[in-house]
Amino acid sequence: MSNDLQTKQFHTEIVGNNQGSAAQMNEVKSGPRIIDPVFTLEDVSVSYGKYVAVTDVNLQIPSNDITAFIGPSGCGKSTLIRTLNRTNDLIPGASVAGKVMYHDADLYDSKASAVEIRRRIGMVFQKPNPFPKSIYENVAFGPKVNGRPKKSELDEIVEKSLRGAALWDEVKDRLGASALGLSGGQQQRLCIARSLAVQPEVILMDEPCSALDPIATLRIEELMMELKKEYTIVIVTHNMQQAARVSTYTAYFVTEVNPLGDLRTGKLVEYDETKKIFSTPSDPRTEAYVTGKMG
Amino acid sequence: MSQTISLKSRLSPRRTLIDGAFRFFLYLSIFISLGMIFWIVSSLWNEAGWLLSWDLLTNYPSYDIDNAGFQSPLVGSLWVVGIATLVALPTGLLTALYLEEFAGKGNKFSRLIELNIQNLAGVPAVVFGLIGLAFIVRGFVKWGFTVGSAAAVIAMLMLPVIIIVSREAIRAVPPSYREGALALGATPWQAVWRLVLPSAIPGTATGSILAVSRAIGESAPLLLLGALSFVTFNPTGLDSPFTIMPLTIFKYASDSREEFQILASAGSLILMAVLFILNLIAIILRDIATRKRNV
Repeated sequence: MSNDLQTKQFHTEIVGNNQGSAAQMNEVKSGPRIIDPVFTLEDVSVSYGKYVAVTDVNLQIPSNDITAFIGPSGCGKSTLIRTLNRTNDLIPGASVAGKVMYHDADLYDSKASAVEIRRRIGMVFQKPNPFPKSIYENVAFGPKVNGRPKKSELDEIVEKSLRGAALWDEVKDRLGASALGLSGGQQQRLCIARSLAVQPEVILMDEPCSALDPIATLRIEELMMELKKEYTIVIVTHNMQQAARVSTYTAYFVTEVNPLGDLRTGKLVEYDETKKIFSTPSDPRTEAYVTGKMG
Repeated sequence: MSQTISLKSRLSPRRTLIDGAFRFFLYLSIFISLGMIFWIVSSLWNEAGWLLSWDLLTNYPSYDIDNAGFQSPLVGSLWVVGIATLVALPTGLLTALYLEEFAGKGNKFSRLIELNIQNLAGVPAVVFGLIGLAFIVRGFVKWGFTVGSAAAVIAMLMLPVIIIVSREAIRAVPPSYREGALALGATPWQAVWRLVLPSAIPGTATGSILAVSRAIGESAPLLLLGALSFVTFNPTGLDSPFTIMPLTIFKYASDSREEFQILASAGSLILMAVLFILNLIAIILRDIATRKRNV
């Protein structure tokens, strides 16, 4: 672990010297270059029809770590996270320009299968969305659609996933009960367990705590810290403290309104280590946001 | 010193009046609709209740009042409506699934289909009868005055209703189920088959009950398809001649002898009982499906 950390810092320093001028020229601060990134985004814009939701995004997302997207409403952070596992494909008229690389594979390559991508890159949504089935069946859903596991294997996967999501002790005696009877926080952890069950590499979380109370939020945050040992996590959050608490890297987005005032487009302002974003951000807009003067 | 608080309603007399009037009309509507059913059933019962006996169900139609019954029309009705339901229910459900889940939204072709289905739902039943006469009884299929021809026409009649209600039921399934399933690497078809369809079944069932109930009382199209003939044996297959309850009731009712008119009332009671039983079965099935979903 400590070795990894050193390597990362080392690289960050190098980037600081090397890329500074280029970044200034583009006015896009692509932030730290990350060794062996999971995602590499180059000049990514996402549009819905003619409306550009987010544009000019360049960033790299590290593995086994938590990266947070923050920014005011309408800045395109949710849109962006949804492009990372092609969930945006489901919205009619959505289109992606630029390059979204997952390791060395292009996610938007014509040969790439969205189904396979989503199996590798799981997603937890803003509102807990357990299926109207039993707790067991919720967790077993992913393995079942991805193959025909034996009952004994399935039992094992379900237990492991529920333990992984710190839910096992609360539900082990009522696996057959409806998932809809769980509390909001439990439902969200069930949704996390459900995505763990297909053994993804990445878990995308789109404001996973915005519908939860502070205690449930805390539990999810603790869970995220635990999960990052094995998974890469990208989280969109409205809650700056949350980003500061859990993430290692933070990307700050703003909403730019066109002169007519009828179109809003999200832009990446700054991407860096979280501690830098929250202590000495290089862009005044970031500073205004994280200190609470704006947003 | 305790303060006197008035908790009396502060609504103006006018508001209170409107409130009361509204409630009155609600109760009036319920009273009218229930009263109608009660009135119909009780007047039939008074007229022909004493006539009801097992013999009525086991005797075939006859010109001899002592031996006249409803066996072949009852079995004929069940054959025709049963086969029509077997054809129309899966076809309608799959059409609705296609239109809701797989056809592109706003696609011109699917909008054309949609418009046509809505129009079909408004086409008078007798027109379907004419089409059946021209194309199924004679025309290409040359199936003659058989159970098969009748079932085909009744299925056509049921289809638009089933499609429309199924689409409503499918549309009411929260999109978050689909998103959640797809995020676990399910294919769109798996998401539909394992989540959308089971969740849509209760709504579809309710609509289908309506379609079946209407079909069993339908007589106009079958008038053209040979159901008015005097049949004194049960259908044995799709190629059998047949008759149905409503037309046998009509035939008895138009007889000049009063006993036959009472027999017609008894037939109406039987038809209503069949309807009631069918509805009951459908409601039980729907409840089982709902409960299974919420284990």
